Amino acid sequence: MTAVPERPDYLRVFLTFARNSLVREMIFRGNFIIDTISSMAWVLINLAFYTLIFRYTPMLGADTGWGKYQFFLFLATTLIVNSLVRGLFMENADEFGELIRTGNLDFVLLKPMDTQFLVSLNRIEWSALGNLVLGLLLLFYALGKVDYRPGPVQVVLYPLYIGCGVAILYSLMITLAASSVWLVRNQSLFNFWFYITNFSRYPMEIYRGDFGTPLRLFFTFIVPVLVVVNVPARLLVRPLAPQSVEDAVLPLFALVAAAGSLAASRWVFNRALVSYRSASS
Amino acid sequence: MRAASAWGHGLPGGREASAGDVAETMVASLRIWFVALRISVEERLVYRADFALSTLMRFLPIVTQIFLWWAVFEGIQTVGGGRETIRGYSYNDFIAYYLLTMLSRAFSSMPGLASGITRDIRDGTVKKYLIQPVDMLSFLLAYRVAHKLVYYAVAAGPFALVFFLCRGYFPGWPDPPVLAAYVASLVMAFLLGFFLEATIGMIGFWFLEVRSLLFVYMLFNFFLSGHMFPLDMLPGMWGDVVGALPLQYLAYFPTAVFLGKVSGADLAGGVCIQLAWVVFFITTARVAMARGLRRYSGYGG
Repeated sequence: MTAVPERPDYLRVFLTFARNSLVREMIFRGNFIIDTISSMAWVLINLAFYTLIFRYTPMLGADTGWGKYQFFLFLATTLIVNSLVRGLFMENADEFGELIRTGNLDFVLLKPMDTQFLVSLNRIEWSALGNLVLGLLLLFYALGKVDYRPGPVQVVLYPLYIGCGVAILYSLMITLAASSVWLVRNQSLFNFWFYITNFSRYPMEIYRGDFGTPLRLFFTFIVPVLVVVNVPARLLVRPLAPQSVEDAVLPLFALVAAAGSLAASRWVFNRALVSYRSASS
Repeated sequence: MRAASAWGHGLPGGREASAGDVAETMVASLRIWFVALRISVEERLVYRADFALSTLMRFLPIVTQIFLWWAVFEGIQTVGGGRETIRGYSYNDFIAYYLLTMLSRAFSSMPGLASGITRDIRDGTVKKYLIQPVDMLSFLLAYRVAHKLVYYAVAAGPFALVFFLCRGYFPGWPDPPVLAAYVASLVMAFLLGFFLEATIGMIGFWFLEVRSLLFVYMLFNFFLSGHMFPLDMLPGMWGDVVGALPLQYLAYFPTAVFLGKVSGADLAGGVCIQLAWVVFFITTARVAMARGLRRYSGYGG
Protein backbone atom coordinates (compact mmCIF):
# COMPACT_ATOMS: atom_id res chain seq x y z
CA MET A 1 0.00 0.00 0.00
CA THR A 2 1.43 3.38 -0.94
CA ALA A 3 -0.49 5.96 1.04
CA VAL A 4 -1.70 5.21 4.50
CA PRO A 5 -3.93 8.11 5.51
CA GLU A 6 -3.24 7.88 9.22
CA ARG A 7 -1.64 5.47 11.61
CA PRO A 8 -4.31 3.18 13.01
CA ASP A 9 -4.93 3.43 16.73
CA TYR A 10 -3.70 0.03 17.92
CA LEU A 11 -4.81 0.51 21.50
CA ARG A 12 -8.35 1.28 20.49
CA VAL A 13 -8.48 -1.68 18.19
CA PHE A 14 -7.19 -3.90 20.97
CA LEU A 15 -9.81 -2.58 23.38
CA THR A 16 -12.49 -3.23 20.80
CA PHE A 17 -11.23 -6.79 20.39
CA ALA A 18 -11.33 -7.20 24.16
CA ARG A 19 -14.86 -5.84 24.38
CA ASN A 20 -16.12 -7.96 21.50
CA SER A 21 -14.61 -11.07 23.04
CA LEU A 22 -16.26 -10.29 26.34
CA VAL A 23 -19.64 -9.76 24.68
CA ARG A 24 -19.15 -13.02 22.82
CA GLU A 25 -18.31 -14.94 25.97
CA MET A 26 -21.26 -13.41 27.79
CA ILE A 27 -23.63 -14.77 25.16
CA PHE A 28 -22.70 -18.26 26.28
CA ARG A 29 -22.50 -17.44 29.94
CA GLY A 30 -22.88 -21.00 31.19
CA ASN A 31 -20.02 -22.09 29.01
CA PHE A 32 -17.91 -19.22 30.27
CA ILE A 33 -18.53 -20.17 33.88
CA ILE A 34 -17.73 -23.82 33.20
CA ASP A 35 -14.50 -22.87 31.42
CA THR A 36 -13.45 -20.66 34.30
CA ILE A 37 -14.27 -23.20 36.97
CA SER A 38 -12.69 -26.10 35.13
CA SER A 39 -9.37 -24.37 34.57
CA MET A 40 -9.37 -23.29 38.20
CA ALA A 41 -10.06 -26.88 39.23
CA TRP A 42 -6.92 -28.03 37.40
CA VAL A 43 -4.94 -25.49 39.37
CA LEU A 44 -6.41 -26.68 42.65
CA ILE A 45 -5.56 -30.27 41.81
CA ASN A 46 -1.99 -29.29 41.10
CA LEU A 47 -1.91 -27.36 44.34
CA ALA A 48 -3.13 -30.45 46.19
CA PHE A 49 -0.37 -32.49 44.55
CA TYR A 50 2.35 -30.09 45.64
CA THR A 51 0.90 -29.81 49.13
CA LEU A 52 1.14 -33.59 49.28
CA ILE A 53 4.76 -33.53 48.13
CA PHE A 54 5.66 -31.01 50.82
CA ARG A 55 4.16 -33.28 53.46
CA TYR A 56 7.14 -35.51 52.81
CA THR A 57 9.94 -33.11 52.02
CA PRO A 58 10.77 -29.70 53.49
CA MET A 59 12.45 -28.50 50.33
CA LEU A 60 12.94 -29.22 46.64
CA GLY A 61 16.60 -30.15 46.34
CA ALA A 62 19.31 -29.60 48.92
CA ASP A 63 19.72 -25.97 50.00
CA THR A 64 17.94 -24.51 47.04
CA GLY A 65 15.69 -22.35 49.18
CA TRP A 66 12.56 -23.70 47.50
CA GLY A 67 10.55 -24.65 50.57
CA LYS A 68 6.79 -25.12 50.48
CA TYR A 69 5.74 -21.47 50.44
CA GLN A 70 8.64 -20.37 48.31
CA PHE A 71 7.53 -22.95 45.82
CA PHE A 72 3.97 -21.67 46.10
CA LEU A 73 5.32 -18.25 45.10
CA PHE A 74 6.92 -19.95 42.13
CA LEU A 75 3.64 -21.67 41.34
CA ALA A 76 1.74 -18.38 41.63
CA THR A 77 4.16 -16.81 39.16
CA THR A 78 3.66 -19.73 36.77
CA LEU A 79 -0.08 -19.25 37.06
CA ILE A 80 0.06 -15.53 36.41
CA VAL A 81 2.31 -15.87 33.35
CA ASN A 82 0.38 -18.81 31.92
CA SER A 83 -3.02 -17.25 32.43
CA LEU A 84 -1.87 -14.09 30.66
CA VAL A 85 -0.49 -16.09 27.75
CA ARG A 86 -3.60 -18.22 27.58
CA GLY A 87 -5.98 -15.29 27.90
CA LEU A 88 -4.29 -13.13 25.30
CA PHE A 89 -2.75 -15.43 22.73
CA MET A 90 -3.61 -19.11 23.00
CA GLU A 91 -6.85 -19.11 21.07
CA ASN A 92 -5.45 -16.74 18.48
CA ALA A 93 -2.40 -18.88 17.81
CA ASP A 94 -4.69 -21.86 17.49
CA GLU A 95 -6.89 -19.92 15.09
CA PHE A 96 -3.87 -18.86 13.03
CA GLY A 97 -3.26 -22.39 11.80
CA GLU A 98 -6.91 -22.53 10.83
CA LEU A 99 -6.68 -19.20 8.97
CA ILE A 100 -3.80 -20.60 6.97
CA ARG A 101 -5.50 -23.89 6.26
CA THR A 102 -8.75 -22.34 5.11
CA GLY A 103 -7.18 -19.40 3.30
CA ASN A 104 -9.07 -16.90 5.45
CA LEU A 105 -5.77 -15.23 6.23
CA ASP A 106 -6.41 -13.29 3.00
CA PHE A 107 -8.94 -11.14 4.81
CA VAL A 108 -6.48 -10.31 7.56
CA LEU A 109 -3.76 -9.44 5.07
CA LEU A 110 -6.09 -6.96 3.39
CA LYS A 111 -6.56 -4.89 6.50
CA PRO A 112 -4.41 -1.76 6.84
CA MET A 113 -2.85 -2.87 10.10
CA ASP A 114 0.02 -4.99 11.24
CA THR A 115 -0.89 -8.60 10.44
CA GLN A 116 0.91 -10.08 13.42
CA PHE A 117 -1.00 -7.75 15.73
CA LEU A 118 -4.34 -8.68 14.19
CA VAL A 119 -3.61 -12.38 14.22
CA SER A 120 -2.20 -12.44 17.76
CA LEU A 121 -4.79 -10.43 19.65
CA ASN A 122 -7.99 -10.92 17.73
CA ARG A 123 -9.71 -12.77 20.52
CA ILE A 124 -9.25 -12.47 24.27
CA GLU A 125 -10.12 -15.49 26.36
CA TRP A 126 -11.68 -13.90 29.41
CA SER A 127 -12.10 -17.16 31.26
CA ALA A 128 -8.32 -17.17 31.85
CA LEU A 129 -9.01 -14.37 34.30
CA GLY A 130 -10.06 -16.92 36.91
CA ASN A 131 -6.57 -18.40 36.98
CA LEU A 132 -5.00 -14.97 37.08
CA VAL A 133 -7.02 -14.16 40.19
CA LEU A 134 -6.13 -17.53 41.68
CA GLY A 135 -2.46 -16.83 40.94
CA LEU A 136 -2.64 -13.46 42.67
CA LEU A 137 -4.42 -14.93 45.69
CA LEU A 138 -1.81 -17.65 45.98
CA LEU A 139 0.91 -15.03 45.62
CA PHE A 140 -0.37 -12.95 48.53
CA TYR A 141 -1.13 -15.99 50.65
CA ALA A 142 2.37 -17.39 50.20
CA LEU A 143 3.99 -13.99 50.72
CA GLY A 144 2.31 -13.89 54.12
CA LYS A 145 3.81 -17.27 55.00
CA VAL A 146 7.47 -16.66 54.17
CA ASP A 147 9.92 -14.71 56.27
CA TYR A 148 11.59 -12.86 53.44
CA ARG A 149 10.03 -9.56 52.35
CA PRO A 150 10.83 -8.36 48.84
CA GLY A 151 11.89 -4.72 48.67
CA PRO A 152 10.51 -1.92 46.46
CA VAL A 153 12.97 -2.70 43.67
CA GLN A 154 11.70 -6.24 43.44
CA VAL A 155 8.10 -5.08 43.50
CA VAL A 156 8.83 -2.92 40.48
CA LEU A 157 10.88 -5.54 38.67
CA TYR A 158 8.42 -8.38 39.23
CA PRO A 159 5.75 -7.16 36.77
CA LEU A 160 8.48 -6.27 34.29
CA TYR A 161 9.83 -9.81 34.35
CA ILE A 162 6.33 -11.23 34.19
CA GLY A 163 6.04 -9.22 30.99
CA CYS A 164 9.31 -10.72 29.73
CA GLY A 165 8.04 -14.21 30.51
CA VAL A 166 4.81 -13.57 28.64
CA ALA A 167 6.80 -12.22 25.70
CA ILE A 168 9.01 -15.30 25.55
CA LEU A 169 6.10 -17.74 25.69
CA TYR A 170 4.13 -15.71 23.17
CA SER A 171 7.07 -15.77 20.76
CA LEU A 172 7.42 -19.50 21.08
CA MET A 173 3.72 -19.99 20.52
CA ILE A 174 3.38 -17.75 17.49
CA THR A 175 6.51 -19.28 15.97
CA LEU A 176 5.02 -22.74 16.29
CA ALA A 177 1.70 -21.53 14.93
CA ALA A 178 3.38 -19.79 12.00
CA SER A 179 5.19 -22.99 11.11
CA SER A 180 1.82 -24.43 10.11
CA VAL A 181 2.28 -22.53 6.84
CA TRP A 182 4.86 -25.16 5.98
CA LEU A 183 3.34 -28.11 7.79
CA VAL A 184 -0.43 -27.51 7.55
CA ARG A 185 -1.31 -30.13 10.14
CA ASN A 186 0.07 -28.80 13.40
CA GLN A 187 -1.55 -30.87 16.12
CA SER A 188 1.71 -32.38 17.31
CA LEU A 189 3.28 -28.96 17.35
CA PHE A 190 0.82 -27.70 19.87
CA ASN A 191 1.40 -30.72 22.02
CA PHE A 192 5.04 -29.89 21.60
CA TRP A 193 4.40 -26.42 22.95
CA PHE A 194 2.66 -27.88 25.97
CA TYR A 195 5.50 -30.31 26.68
CA ILE A 196 8.22 -27.71 26.22
CA THR A 197 6.57 -25.28 28.62
CA ASN A 198 6.26 -28.18 31.01
CA PHE A 199 9.97 -27.62 31.69
CA SER A 200 9.31 -24.07 32.81
CA ARG A 201 7.07 -25.22 35.66
CA TYR A 202 9.83 -26.09 38.11
CA PRO A 203 12.74 -24.19 39.64
CA MET A 204 15.73 -24.50 37.35
CA GLU A 205 17.91 -25.75 40.22
CA ILE A 206 16.33 -29.18 39.92
CA TYR A 207 17.92 -29.74 36.50
CA ARG A 208 21.34 -30.92 37.59
CA GLY A 209 23.82 -33.65 36.75
CA ASP A 210 25.20 -35.04 33.53
CA PHE A 211 21.86 -34.92 31.84
CA GLY A 212 20.21 -32.11 33.76
CA THR A 213 22.86 -29.43 33.29
CA PRO A 214 22.83 -29.55 29.47
CA LEU A 215 19.03 -29.63 29.64
CA ARG A 216 18.99 -26.56 31.88
CA LEU A 217 21.44 -24.69 29.65
CA PHE A 218 19.44 -25.61 26.57
CA PHE A 219 16.14 -24.43 28.02
CA THR A 220 17.78 -21.29 29.40
CA PHE A 221 19.88 -20.07 26.52
CA ILE A 222 18.57 -21.72 23.37
CA VAL A 223 14.84 -22.04 24.03
CA PRO A 224 14.59 -19.73 27.05
CA VAL A 225 11.50 -21.23 28.71
CA LEU A 226 13.27 -21.70 32.05
CA VAL A 227 13.77 -17.96 32.31
CA VAL A 228 10.04 -17.32 32.04
CA VAL A 229 9.03 -18.14 35.61
CA ASN A 230 12.37 -18.56 37.35
CA VAL A 231 13.57 -15.00 37.02
CA PRO A 232 10.47 -13.25 38.38
CA ALA A 233 9.89 -15.92 41.03
CA ARG A 234 13.44 -15.59 42.35
CA LEU A 235 12.84 -11.89 42.91
CA LEU A 236 10.24 -12.75 45.49
CA VAL A 237 12.10 -15.35 47.49
CA ARG A 238 15.65 -14.11 47.89
CA PRO A 239 17.59 -10.86 48.21
CA LEU A 240 18.78 -9.12 45.07
CA ALA A 241 22.41 -9.66 46.04
CA PRO A 242 23.55 -12.30 43.56
CA GLN A 243 25.08 -15.43 45.06
CA SER A 244 26.71 -16.65 41.87
CA VAL A 245 27.65 -15.47 38.42
CA GLU A 246 24.57 -17.13 37.04
CA ASP A 247 22.40 -15.27 39.53
CA ALA A 248 23.75 -11.96 38.32
CA VAL A 249 23.62 -12.77 34.64
CA LEU A 250 20.18 -14.32 34.53
CA PRO A 251 18.04 -11.18 35.08
CA LEU A 252 20.01 -9.35 32.42
CA PHE A 253 19.79 -12.30 30.11
CA ALA A 254 16.01 -12.48 30.61
CA LEU A 255 15.66 -9.02 29.09
CA VAL A 256 17.82 -10.01 26.14
CA ALA A 257 15.94 -13.27 25.76
CA ALA A 258 12.57 -11.54 25.72
CA ALA A 259 13.66 -8.99 23.12
CA GLY A 260 15.45 -11.67 21.09
CA SER A 261 12.49 -14.05 21.11
CA LEU A 262 10.13 -11.32 19.99
CA ALA A 263 12.46 -10.36 17.17
CA ALA A 264 12.94 -13.99 16.13
CA SER A 265 9.22 -14.71 16.19
CA ARG A 266 8.56 -11.59 14.14
CA TRP A 267 11.06 -12.81 11.58
CA VAL A 268 9.54 -16.29 11.41
CA PHE A 269 6.06 -14.78 11.20
CA ASN A 270 7.01 -12.60 8.25
CA ARG A 271 8.74 -15.48 6.53
CA ALA A 272 5.57 -17.49 7.00
CA LEU A 273 3.51 -14.73 5.40
CA VAL A 274 5.86 -14.69 2.42
CA SER A 275 5.43 -18.45 1.99
CA TYR A 276 1.66 -18.22 2.41
CA ARG A 277 -0.09 -19.03 -0.83
CA SER A 278 -3.72 -18.75 0.17
CA ALA A 279 -6.12 -21.57 -0.47
CA SER A 280 -8.15 -20.50 -3.42
CA SER A 281 -11.51 -22.08 -3.85
CA MET B 1 -37.98 -50.67 20.08
CA ARG B 2 -37.06 -53.72 22.08
CA ALA B 3 -34.25 -53.32 24.54
CA ALA B 4 -31.00 -54.75 23.30
CA SER B 5 -30.00 -58.12 24.70
CA ALA B 6 -26.56 -59.04 25.88
CA TRP B 7 -24.83 -59.47 22.55
CA GLY B 8 -27.36 -58.53 20.02
CA HIS B 9 -30.62 -56.96 19.19
CA GLY B 10 -34.25 -57.70 18.73
CA LEU B 11 -35.01 -59.87 15.74
CA PRO B 12 -36.99 -58.19 12.99
CA GLY B 13 -40.69 -58.82 12.91
CA GLY B 14 -40.88 -59.43 16.62
CA ARG B 15 -41.13 -63.23 16.24
CA GLU B 16 -39.62 -65.51 18.83
CA ALA B 17 -36.04 -66.52 18.22
CA SER B 18 -35.34 -70.15 17.40
CA ALA B 19 -31.99 -71.83 18.02
CA GLY B 20 -31.07 -71.47 14.34
CA ASP B 21 -31.83 -67.78 14.36
CA VAL B 22 -29.71 -67.28 17.42
CA ALA B 23 -26.72 -69.03 15.82
CA GLU B 24 -27.19 -67.01 12.65
CA THR B 25 -27.36 -63.80 14.63
CA MET B 26 -24.22 -64.71 16.54
CA VAL B 27 -22.29 -65.25 13.31
CA ALA B 28 -23.63 -61.98 11.94
CA SER B 29 -22.62 -60.15 15.12
CA LEU B 30 -19.13 -61.54 14.92
CA ARG B 31 -18.83 -60.52 11.30
CA ILE B 32 -19.99 -57.01 12.16
CA TRP B 33 -17.51 -57.00 14.98
CA PHE B 34 -14.65 -57.81 12.62
CA VAL B 35 -15.72 -55.22 10.09
CA ALA B 36 -15.80 -52.60 12.84
CA LEU B 37 -12.36 -53.74 13.88
CA ARG B 38 -10.98 -53.48 10.34
CA ILE B 39 -12.48 -50.06 9.65
CA SER B 40 -11.00 -48.68 12.82
CA VAL B 41 -7.56 -50.17 12.13
CA GLU B 42 -7.46 -48.58 8.69
CA GLU B 43 -8.70 -45.28 10.03
CA ARG B 44 -6.01 -45.10 12.65
CA LEU B 45 -3.14 -46.01 10.35
CA VAL B 46 -3.72 -42.98 8.14
CA TYR B 47 -1.89 -40.68 10.53
CA ARG B 48 0.72 -43.14 11.80
CA ALA B 49 3.74 -40.80 11.67
CA ASP B 50 1.96 -38.03 13.52
CA PHE B 51 0.80 -40.68 15.91
CA ALA B 52 4.22 -42.20 16.67
CA LEU B 53 5.68 -38.75 17.17
CA SER B 54 2.99 -37.70 19.60
CA THR B 55 3.42 -40.96 21.52
CA LEU B 56 7.09 -40.24 22.00
CA MET B 57 6.27 -36.68 23.04
CA ARG B 58 3.97 -37.97 25.69
CA PHE B 59 7.02 -39.23 27.57
CA LEU B 60 8.55 -35.77 27.81
CA PRO B 61 6.81 -34.92 31.10
CA ILE B 62 8.53 -37.99 32.57
CA VAL B 63 11.80 -36.12 32.17
CA THR B 64 10.57 -33.35 34.46
CA GLN B 65 9.23 -35.96 36.89
CA ILE B 66 12.68 -37.58 37.06
CA PHE B 67 14.20 -34.28 38.11
CA LEU B 68 11.33 -33.25 40.36
CA TRP B 69 11.47 -36.45 42.41
CA TRP B 70 15.23 -36.35 42.55
CA ALA B 71 14.90 -32.90 44.12
CA VAL B 72 12.21 -34.17 46.49
CA PHE B 73 14.41 -37.01 47.69
CA GLU B 74 17.39 -34.67 48.02
CA GLY B 75 15.23 -32.39 50.13
CA ILE B 76 14.22 -35.29 52.38
CA GLN B 77 17.82 -36.28 52.97
CA THR B 78 18.81 -32.80 54.14
CA VAL B 79 16.65 -33.05 57.26
CA GLY B 80 18.56 -36.06 58.52
CA GLY B 81 17.23 -39.43 59.49
CA GLY B 82 18.34 -40.52 56.04
CA ARG B 83 14.85 -41.67 55.11
CA GLU B 84 15.15 -42.93 51.57
CA THR B 85 11.63 -43.94 50.80
CA ILE B 86 8.26 -42.25 50.76
CA ARG B 87 5.60 -44.68 51.91
CA GLY B 88 7.74 -47.56 50.73
CA TYR B 89 8.62 -46.02 47.39
CA SER B 90 12.27 -45.36 46.66
CA TYR B 91 13.35 -42.78 44.11
CA ASN B 92 13.69 -45.48 41.46
CA ASP B 93 10.25 -46.79 42.36
CA PHE B 94 8.76 -43.39 41.68
CA ILE B 95 10.19 -43.19 38.18
CA ALA B 96 9.22 -46.78 37.43
CA TYR B 97 5.79 -45.95 38.82
CA TYR B 98 5.27 -43.07 36.41
CA LEU B 99 6.45 -45.10 33.44
CA LEU B 100 4.18 -48.00 34.35
CA THR B 101 1.14 -45.78 34.90
CA MET B 102 1.64 -44.58 31.34
CA LEU B 103 1.30 -48.19 30.31
CA SER B 104 -1.80 -48.70 32.49
CA ARG B 105 -3.33 -45.60 31.03
CA ALA B 106 -2.58 -46.87 27.54
CA PHE B 107 -5.03 -49.62 28.43
CA SER B 108 -7.60 -47.83 30.53
CA SER B 109 -7.94 -44.39 28.97
CA MET B 110 -10.81 -44.05 26.54
CA PRO B 111 -10.48 -40.68 24.85
CA GLY B 112 -13.76 -39.50 23.41
CA LEU B 113 -15.83 -42.51 24.41
CA ALA B 114 -18.29 -40.91 26.81
CA SER B 115 -18.46 -37.66 24.87
CA GLY B 116 -18.97 -39.64 21.65
CA ILE B 117 -21.91 -41.53 23.12
CA THR B 118 -23.56 -38.37 24.42
CA ARG B 119 -23.02 -36.71 21.05
CA ASP B 120 -24.61 -39.65 19.25
CA ILE B 121 -27.58 -39.43 21.58
CA ARG B 122 -27.91 -35.68 21.17
CA ASP B 123 -27.64 -35.52 17.40
CA GLY B 124 -29.66 -38.66 16.83
CA THR B 125 -26.90 -40.85 15.39
CA VAL B 126 -27.88 -43.37 18.03
CA LYS B 127 -30.86 -44.20 15.80
CA LYS B 128 -28.58 -46.17 13.52
CA TYR B 129 -27.97 -48.69 16.27
CA LEU B 130 -31.72 -49.06 16.67
CA ILE B 131 -32.37 -49.63 13.00
CA GLN B 132 -29.33 -51.64 11.99
CA PRO B 133 -28.74 -55.06 13.52
CA VAL B 134 -25.75 -53.74 15.46
CA ASP B 135 -25.59 -53.48 19.21
CA MET B 136 -24.16 -50.13 20.21
CA LEU B 137 -21.98 -51.28 23.11
CA SER B 138 -20.54 -54.23 21.16
CA PHE B 139 -19.80 -52.03 18.20
CA LEU B 140 -18.10 -49.41 20.34
CA LEU B 141 -16.14 -52.10 22.14
CA ALA B 142 -14.93 -53.57 18.85
CA TYR B 143 -14.05 -50.12 17.63
CA ARG B 144 -12.14 -49.43 20.82
CA VAL B 145 -10.28 -52.75 20.77
CA ALA B 146 -9.18 -52.00 17.22
CA HIS B 147 -8.18 -48.51 18.18
CA LYS B 148 -6.10 -49.84 21.04
CA LEU B 149 -4.51 -52.61 18.95
CA VAL B 150 -3.31 -50.10 16.39
CA TYR B 151 -2.18 -47.84 19.16
CA TYR B 152 -0.08 -50.62 20.69
CA ALA B 153 1.33 -51.57 17.30
CA VAL B 154 2.52 -48.03 16.70
CA ALA B 155 3.32 -47.13 20.29
CA ALA B 156 5.27 -50.33 21.01
CA GLY B 157 8.37 -48.76 19.47
CA PRO B 158 8.40 -45.55 21.52
CA PHE B 159 7.36 -47.45 24.67
CA ALA B 160 10.10 -50.06 24.23
CA LEU B 161 12.68 -47.37 23.59
CA VAL B 162 11.78 -45.32 26.66
CA PHE B 163 11.48 -48.36 28.93
CA PHE B 164 14.82 -49.64 27.68
CA LEU B 165 16.50 -46.30 28.33
CA CYS B 166 14.96 -46.21 31.80
CA ARG B 167 15.56 -49.88 32.63
CA GLY B 168 17.80 -48.88 35.55
CA TYR B 169 14.79 -47.56 37.46
CA PHE B 170 12.98 -50.89 37.41
CA PRO B 171 13.37 -53.48 40.14
CA GLY B 172 13.37 -56.27 37.55
CA TRP B 173 10.70 -58.62 36.28
CA PRO B 174 8.22 -59.85 38.86
CA ASP B 175 7.58 -63.59 39.41
CA PRO B 176 5.42 -65.33 36.81
CA PRO B 177 2.27 -65.42 38.99
CA VAL B 178 2.61 -61.71 39.75
CA LEU B 179 3.23 -61.03 36.08
CA ALA B 180 0.10 -62.97 35.22
CA ALA B 181 -1.86 -60.93 37.76
CA TYR B 182 -0.37 -57.80 36.23
CA VAL B 183 -1.47 -58.73 32.72
CA ALA B 184 -4.92 -59.67 34.02
CA SER B 185 -5.23 -56.34 35.83
CA LEU B 186 -4.22 -54.48 32.67
CA VAL B 187 -6.87 -56.25 30.62
CA MET B 188 -9.42 -55.55 33.33
CA ALA B 189 -8.25 -51.94 33.44
CA PHE B 190 -9.17 -51.73 29.77
CA LEU B 191 -12.62 -53.25 30.37
CA LEU B 192 -13.22 -51.15 33.45
CA GLY B 193 -12.18 -47.99 31.63
CA PHE B 194 -14.47 -48.84 28.74
CA PHE B 195 -17.60 -49.72 30.68
CA LEU B 196 -17.15 -46.98 33.24
CA GLU B 197 -16.93 -44.33 30.54
CA ALA B 198 -19.72 -45.94 28.57
CA THR B 199 -21.94 -45.77 31.66
CA ILE B 200 -21.12 -42.09 32.04
CA GLY B 201 -21.87 -41.57 28.36
CA MET B 202 -25.33 -43.14 28.82
CA ILE B 203 -26.20 -40.30 31.18
CA GLY B 204 -26.68 -38.41 27.93
CA PHE B 205 -30.06 -40.14 27.60
CA TRP B 206 -31.26 -38.19 30.61
CA PHE B 207 -29.30 -34.93 30.35
CA LEU B 208 -28.48 -33.38 27.01
CA GLU B 209 -25.46 -31.40 28.08
CA VAL B 210 -22.96 -33.47 30.07
CA ARG B 211 -19.74 -31.71 29.11
CA SER B 212 -19.16 -30.33 32.59
CA LEU B 213 -19.94 -33.67 34.16
CA LEU B 214 -17.39 -35.33 31.89
CA PHE B 215 -14.87 -32.74 32.88
CA VAL B 216 -15.41 -33.41 36.56
CA TYR B 217 -15.00 -37.12 35.88
CA MET B 218 -11.78 -36.52 33.94
CA LEU B 219 -10.45 -34.40 36.77
CA PHE B 220 -11.20 -37.00 39.40
CA ASN B 221 -9.88 -39.68 37.12
CA PHE B 222 -6.58 -37.89 36.66
CA PHE B 223 -6.08 -37.26 40.34
CA LEU B 224 -7.55 -40.39 41.92
CA SER B 225 -6.54 -43.08 39.45
CA GLY B 226 -2.96 -42.61 40.57
CA HIS B 227 -1.78 -41.06 37.36
CA MET B 228 -0.32 -38.10 39.18
CA PHE B 229 1.34 -39.83 42.15
CA PRO B 230 1.29 -43.22 43.92
CA LEU B 231 -1.95 -43.28 45.88
CA ASP B 232 -0.11 -44.67 48.91
CA MET B 233 1.03 -41.10 49.52
CA LEU B 234 -2.48 -39.97 50.47
CA PRO B 235 -2.73 -39.54 54.21
CA GLY B 236 -5.29 -41.19 56.51
CA MET B 237 -8.91 -40.80 55.56
CA TRP B 238 -8.12 -39.66 52.02
CA GLY B 239 -6.30 -42.87 51.35
CA ASP B 240 -9.25 -44.92 52.62
CA VAL B 241 -11.77 -43.04 50.49
CA VAL B 242 -9.69 -43.33 47.34
CA GLY B 243 -9.02 -46.98 48.11
CA ALA B 244 -12.76 -47.64 48.02
CA LEU B 245 -13.22 -46.07 44.58
CA PRO B 246 -12.94 -47.96 41.30
CA LEU B 247 -10.71 -45.30 39.74
CA GLN B 248 -7.55 -46.66 41.31
CA TYR B 249 -7.85 -49.81 39.19
CA LEU B 250 -7.35 -47.73 36.05
CA ALA B 251 -3.75 -46.80 36.73
CA TYR B 252 -2.52 -47.28 40.27
CA PHE B 253 -3.40 -50.89 40.93
CA PRO B 254 -1.75 -52.59 37.92
CA THR B 255 1.37 -50.53 38.52
CA ALA B 256 1.52 -51.34 42.21
CA VAL B 257 1.15 -55.02 41.32
CA PHE B 258 4.09 -54.90 38.95
CA LEU B 259 6.26 -53.09 41.47
CA GLY B 260 5.39 -55.61 44.17
CA LYS B 261 3.65 -53.04 46.38
CA VAL B 262 0.63 -55.28 46.71
CA SER B 263 1.28 -58.93 47.33
CA GLY B 264 -0.20 -62.11 48.78
CA ALA B 265 -3.78 -61.87 49.99
CA ASP B 266 -3.96 -58.16 49.10
CA LEU B 267 -3.06 -58.97 45.53
CA ALA B 268 -5.64 -61.72 45.19
CA GLY B 269 -8.25 -59.55 46.90
CA GLY B 270 -7.42 -56.58 44.71
CA VAL B 271 -7.76 -58.58 41.50
CA CYS B 272 -11.14 -59.90 42.71
CA ILE B 273 -12.38 -56.40 43.58
CA GLN B 274 -11.21 -55.16 40.21
CA LEU B 275 -13.13 -57.98 38.51
CA ALA B 276 -16.17 -57.14 40.60
CA TRP B 277 -15.99 -53.50 39.45
CA VAL B 278 -15.72 -54.64 35.84
CA VAL B 279 -18.82 -56.82 36.20
CA PHE B 280 -20.61 -54.01 38.01
CA PHE B 281 -19.96 -51.49 35.25
CA ILE B 282 -20.78 -53.95 32.44
CA THR B 283 -24.15 -54.40 34.12
CA THR B 284 -24.66 -50.71 34.76
CA ALA B 285 -23.77 -49.76 31.20
CA ARG B 286 -26.18 -52.39 29.84
CA VAL B 287 -29.01 -51.42 32.16
CA ALA B 288 -28.47 -47.72 31.53
CA MET B 289 -28.48 -48.27 27.78
CA ALA B 290 -31.63 -50.41 27.90
CA ARG B 291 -33.44 -47.86 30.04
CA GLY B 292 -32.12 -44.96 28.03
CA LEU B 293 -33.26 -46.48 24.74
CA ARG B 294 -36.70 -46.98 26.20
CA ARG B 295 -36.83 -43.27 27.02
CA TYR B 296 -35.29 -42.21 23.76
CA SER B 297 -37.39 -40.96 20.93
CA GLY B 298 -36.05 -40.16 17.51
CA TYR B 299 -37.86 -38.27 14.80
CA GLY B 300 -37.23 -37.66 11.14
CA GLY B 301 -34.74 -39.31 8.88
